[in-house]
Amino acid sequence: MTRMFLRPAAAAALLLLAVVPLAGQARAQETIKVGILHSLSGTMAISETTLKDVMLMLIEDQNKKGGLLGKKLEAVVVDPASNWPLFAEKARELISKNKVAAVFGCWTSVSRKSVLPVFKELNSVLFYPVQYEGEESERNVFYTGAAPNQQAIPAVDYLEKEEKVVRWVLAGTDYVYPRTTNKILEAYLKAKGVKAEDIMINYTPFGHSDWQTIVADIKRFGSQGKRTAIVSTINGDANVPFYKELGNQGVKAKDIPSVAFSVGEEELAGIDTKPLVGHLAAWNYFQSVDTPVNKAFIARWKAFIKSDKRVTNDPMEAHVIGFAMWVEAVKKAGTTDPDKVIDAIVGIKVPNLTGGMSEMLPNHHITKPVLIGEVRADGQFDVVWKTPGLVPGDAWSKQLESSRDLIADWVTLKCGNYNTKTSKCGS
Amino acid sequence: MADFRARVAALLAGLGLIALCATAATAQAQSYEQALEGFAADSFSATDAAIAGVAGSGHPLAAKVIGAIEDGRLLFDPEDRKVYLREPSGALVDAATGKAAAGETPPGLKPVRLNNRLRRSIEAALGALTLLAPDPAKRFEAAQAVFKSRDANALPALDAALAKETDARVKQALLEARAAVVVMQSAASEADKLQAIATIRERSDQEARAFLGSLPAADLQPGLRRAVSDAITAIDAHLERWRQVQNLWYGISLGSVLLLAAIGLAITFGVMGVINMAHGEMVMLGAYTTFVVQEVIRTTAPGIFDYSLAIAIPSAFLVAGFVGIAIERGVIRFLYGRPLETLLATWGISLVLQQAVRTGFGPSNVEVGNPSFMSGVSSLGGLAITWNRLWIVVFAGIVFAALLAVLRYTTLGLHMRAVTQNRSMASSMAINTGRIDALTFGLGSGIAGLAGVALSQIDNVSPNLGQGYIIDSFLVVVFGGVGNLWGTLVGALTLGVANKLLEPFAGAVLGKIALLVLVILFIQKRPRGLFALEGRAVEA
Repeated sequence: MTRMFLRPAAAAALLLLAVVPLAGQARAQETIKVGILHSLSGTMAISETTLKDVMLMLIEDQNKKGGLLGKKLEAVVVDPASNWPLFAEKARELISKNKVAAVFGCWTSVSRKSVLPVFKELNSVLFYPVQYEGEESERNVFYTGAAPNQQAIPAVDYLEKEEKVVRWVLAGTDYVYPRTTNKILEAYLKAKGVKAEDIMINYTPFGHSDWQTIVADIKRFGSQGKRTAIVSTINGDANVPFYKELGNQGVKAKDIPSVAFSVGEEELAGIDTKPLVGHLAAWNYFQSVDTPVNKAFIARWKAFIKSDKRVTNDPMEAHVIGFAMWVEAVKKAGTTDPDKVIDAIVGIKVPNLTGGMSEMLPNHHITKPVLIGEVRADGQFDVVWKTPGLVPGDAWSKQLESSRDLIADWVTLKCGNYNTKTSKCGS
Repeated sequence: MADFRARVAALLAGLGLIALCATAATAQAQSYEQALEGFAADSFSATDAAIAGVAGSGHPLAAKVIGAIEDGRLLFDPEDRKVYLREPSGALVDAATGKAAAGETPPGLKPVRLNNRLRRSIEAALGALTLLAPDPAKRFEAAQAVFKSRDANALPALDAALAKETDARVKQALLEARAAVVVMQSAASEADKLQAIATIRERSDQEARAFLGSLPAADLQPGLRRAVSDAITAIDAHLERWRQVQNLWYGISLGSVLLLAAIGLAITFGVMGVINMAHGEMVMLGAYTTFVVQEVIRTTAPGIFDYSLAIAIPSAFLVAGFVGIAIERGVIRFLYGRPLETLLATWGISLVLQQAVRTGFGPSNVEVGNPSFMSGVSSLGGLAITWNRLWIVVFAGIVFAALLAVLRYTTLGLHMRAVTQNRSMASSMAINTGRIDALTFGLGSGIAGLAGVALSQIDNVSPNLGQGYIIDSFLVVVFGGVGNLWGTLVGALTLGVANKLLEPFAGAVLGKIALLVLVILFIQKRPRGLFALEGRAVEA
């Protein structure tokens, strides 16, 4: 009985297998494919799934407006499963097999580093939407998240000016983004005259859950009679127990404020934020920003995801900007050919959600406003400070010895790491 | 001509400004109503001035108005710049008069916004205003706030409060606050100041340390400077001693978490010998059960939220237990005696469960609330003990004792021990070994579910929750000795305390590595762990 059933089933499956690629080929001529490379399973799914959804929404909206170059856009979603080598494999699959015109994806720096060689080799385009440590500029990558000078440095300036902080705890998860960011911040603070004994640096493993000792240490460090603040590059899941411990041990924002670079609306969704009111985050976008364009975006997002509870956050805005820039560049170039798009996109300005016009710079970073937000009791942020204008992103940090003289310019110099001292490309 | 006019205008404006400053200074406390207007300006500096103005006005509503800002209950109308106060009951009150707002609620009322600088101003202002509050807890808080703000204007209020105070704890806090104010006053005599520093030295906690550290050493008289530095040294030494005790407590607390996470595994892996990689997911299921229970309570009966854990504990045990039994009956029973296949199969199950939860509940963290008795901190000498950690230590102890009792005093426990020691003999004594296997696995999984309830109180509840604990759990069981519950207890506490004692020196990352290396070396020396089972049961 089972055998008899199996045979037609197998035949049907074979038939399906044969038909699917054919259908794919037929459609390939009338659509432009857009690759979405975000983890939908594994540890990073918590952050990246939302970005996949926002990309699907943007593509749907673009199609409602008539598509691009007279063709419909088609999203190709793959799941790299929070597995860094798999990111490279999936990127290769998107570019060579699915022939996508551009890829929007990655979250962690290590996943970006893992796909870089693929994008260079196959000459495609990647839009990377997350704040990162800088020290990179590639011809095939567009960095729509914040560079350190668009997030970390203004945040420290804010604490120093507004909160009169003189003693600093740099706490982070032990991997490349916090290490590099803290190195930049340490150099920056020391250049401002902060003494080494007034800086405490602390690293913890991924997913650290027992923060008792570290929070007690921070309390002790903060009770020396000088105003102290925590600069947190703690990543992902470790934040919830960290904030819970801060709240439980009674570390209030008015005594020792903390400013976080990886905590947004999405991360706060899992915490009772009442004990955290007043702690800070630095981003280029907050859901609470009161602009008509942001209101429309939030309404559209809630309708698309069919839930009133879902929040919006900074990397989502980065994808909104990146996608709009790509669309404009394709229109300007009249083709999706990566070489033409890479040339066309620099200088393109699109509206961001905070009421300004973000511009793609020759170093493949963009201009963004920097906002400091305070946690509210409802899990949203109250913007307490904002840069007067947009801040252009620096690919290479001026604070670090190794990158002080480097600049990136893909228009005139055609180089991602041009040394202004030796006038050579490739440092 | 135009130039001249501009100059005159500038001059007039300058004069006006001076006049304004002068009136503000002479009428030192500007009127309450005037100060109130500052709240409607929607700027942080205007709000700061308004707080100071309202606090200094001596108006009976001052404390109420300032207290309302922090809860977002002070509202202003951007149109006519009137300020309103929302009572906790929801009624709207005109902040200027204290009477119920006439007419309809104006649309577009905005709460007065705050930043941390303003929160500090509020704390200081409220401290001075509530020193005479009827509630002793409030008075204590007020005294602490004055201690921090050292506001010289609060001195008369402090003296008045001290004269009336009867509560010993509040009186001590008031004395300390007064001492802090006196030290900062340039008018006070050196003897008074020395006395004040001695009072603060007595307090010898982090606040006192912070206060003494913030005194500008260069501006003090030599005698005072010596007293301050002596006091700092003494307090530091005192705090350092307590820090060792504190580390020990942190170790016990971490040990109890490890014990909870590992004790279920001690049954499934230790007693049954199943390498259960899906153990962490049982913990995760327990945590999600807590979430579901709390959600149901939130929507149906928010009044009993504080008892949510009491309902979650049996539910989590049952949910995880039944899933465990299903896994044992569905997969593991076909794989006894084949450890490698069991390992791969249970690992596969763990991935399936993770993704199932991710699909069902979404990939983001879900919010599990702490009942009120589990929030906050209490201090015991220089020891700060957070309530949630304390309860988890207690809970771990109860679970351990209960499990021990089940194994020793119940028929089920007897059968379990019989089956693990000699399966064929037990079988010939009419024990249904298959049923016992399923129940044992269910018991181990159910206890993992209980661990999930506890962990939901301190960690984030996401589909990845279990992965963070699986390695540690195996470490504890192997280190403690396979098949021995006491070994698991001692193993968990040893690892917890060792971890926390290493952490201050080596840092969290290196500390963990060092601990792993130590355990590996220990296992080389004693492959069967701390408490090795002896006798024939070992080889069976």
